Amino acid sequence: MDAASLIEIVIAHGPHIVRVESSNVPAVSAPREGYADLLQWLRDDERLRFDLLLTHTAIDWPDRDCFELVNVLYSTVHGHYLTVSLEIPRSNPIAPTASFIWPIAHWQEREAYDLFGVLYDNHPDLRRLFLEDDWVGFPLRKDYRDEYMLERPVWP
Amino acid sequence: MAVTVRNLDEVLQSTPASENPLATEEYFVNMGPQHPIAHGSLRIVLRLDGETVKEVIPVPGFVHRGVEKICENFTYRQIVTMTDRLDYLSALMNNWLVAKTVEKAAGIETNSRIETIRTLMAELQRLQSHVLWWGVLGMDLGAATAFMYGFREREIISELFEETIGARLTMNYIQPGGLMYDIHPNFVSRAKKVIKHLKRVIGEYETLLSNNIILQERFRMVGILSPERGIALGCTGPVIRASGVPYDLRKIEPYGVYGDVDFNVVIGQRGDCWDRYYVRMIEMHESIRIVEQLLDNIPMGPYMTLRYNMPIVVPKGRYYEQIETARGAMGVFLVSDGESEKPYRWHFRSPNFNNLWAVTEITPGWRIADIIAILSSFDLVIPDIDR
Repeated sequence: MDAASLIEIVIAHGPHIVRVESSNVPAVSAPREGYADLLQWLRDDERLRFDLLLTHTAIDWPDRDCFELVNVLYSTVHGHYLTVSLEIPRSNPIAPTASFIWPIAHWQEREAYDLFGVLYDNHPDLRRLFLEDDWVGFPLRKDYRDEYMLERPVWP
Repeated sequence: MAVTVRNLDEVLQSTPASENPLATEEYFVNMGPQHPIAHGSLRIVLRLDGETVKEVIPVPGFVHRGVEKICENFTYRQIVTMTDRLDYLSALMNNWLVAKTVEKAAGIETNSRIETIRTLMAELQRLQSHVLWWGVLGMDLGAATAFMYGFREREIISELFEETIGARLTMNYIQPGGLMYDIHPNFVSRAKKVIKHLKRVIGEYETLLSNNIILQERFRMVGILSPERGIALGCTGPVIRASGVPYDLRKIEPYGVYGDVDFNVVIGQRGDCWDRYYVRMIEMHESIRIVEQLLDNIPMGPYMTLRYNMPIVVPKGRYYEQIETARGAMGVFLVSDGESEKPYRWHFRSPNFNNLWAVTEITPGWRIADIIAILSSFDLVIPDIDR
């Protein structure tokens, strides 16, 4: 299946699913409502069968005041890729978990919590992954500062 | 809507006591961070009942260096140096991943000489990685002789790399647009000698360890990973191929000159430790075949297509690229703002990070000694997990 017809099928599934431009793999952006159902459908639909969650990560957009969660999906049956993204507000970063759909998301979402502070609703075991349990702040946020960080000198 | 966040102490204390008055007491044992099986620093908390493992809680992060944060402040050429320090046994393949991502995104052309040398180097590195894995696996299971053999052959390949690249571990060789240096004039003749030697010793490996009854008893039907669970748990590389899924990016989406060479994707049947072991053993022969086909056919041409001081700016957008390293699919998710020479967001999808999670699913029910065998057959490299 080529990228255009793949995106057509996904967009036809529900309202407010829009195509993300300038991505080298087919990419869609999903609304908050029905996000978990969309992911479930992507895995189970016979035409799509996205059974492998390659990676799940977040992007911090402070100027748009949101975190963008990105799932990179791959189908070992049909051999196609899809990126599904969800925007959540920076002030209240709660997102539905995908760990009941792809078990690996459990692990990848813990990384996203650890480094971005994204809270996953219903996650079975939400804990820090790499950093200590008493670490303050979430290092991959663009506004993260701590006392060990060096300021980059400004060259004239 | 409130989301509760726990910490490790709460997890360790929340284990419910059994209702059965005759039940034995369960307890926690730390395996690592300094344990030979950790191959670095990985803490694994085991919940045990006697010697039977009930639960495995991996606690990574001892080698966490914030590579993704550092990458946001680096140019693409500098990022190549970071990838050496992730999966240090697949350093050249990780270099290639950055080069491939940036070249595809920025539309940089390379020539067939560059791609051939990249493929050659990647396969030699895969051989080196598998040889070292084989030696360390022997050491993990108590066969110190295998360790000596594995390191001997690794040294020979390291010296071959050193002659061309000047480095043995942190290569920094494959750059966006080409290679750091051309191959050494002796490279081809020396690589042929190395391959001739490796063909002989990999046969020896079979007689030394594969045919050993202790190894077979410890590996066969231990730690079985079904193909469906393997895919759901995000496994890639030899781990998923041992379960019978022919997921090999070299074959599915050929990059470099993999499309022109003749090789087979090795798959297993049962997905137990033995299959994971033997898939890698046969992969070594396949890598040797690829190297043999390419050594006499390196085309002429320049080894670099960009000037080293030429800034590389990736057009605005997001990119996902993958490459098959010795341990599975290594991927990069890149977000570029289209103005700066640095990425806006740079995320590594590392194979070991995803493979480690499968360990937690397949180990419960086995004994402590089986965990050693299972972890050894997964071939984990810890800096790649922690990043």
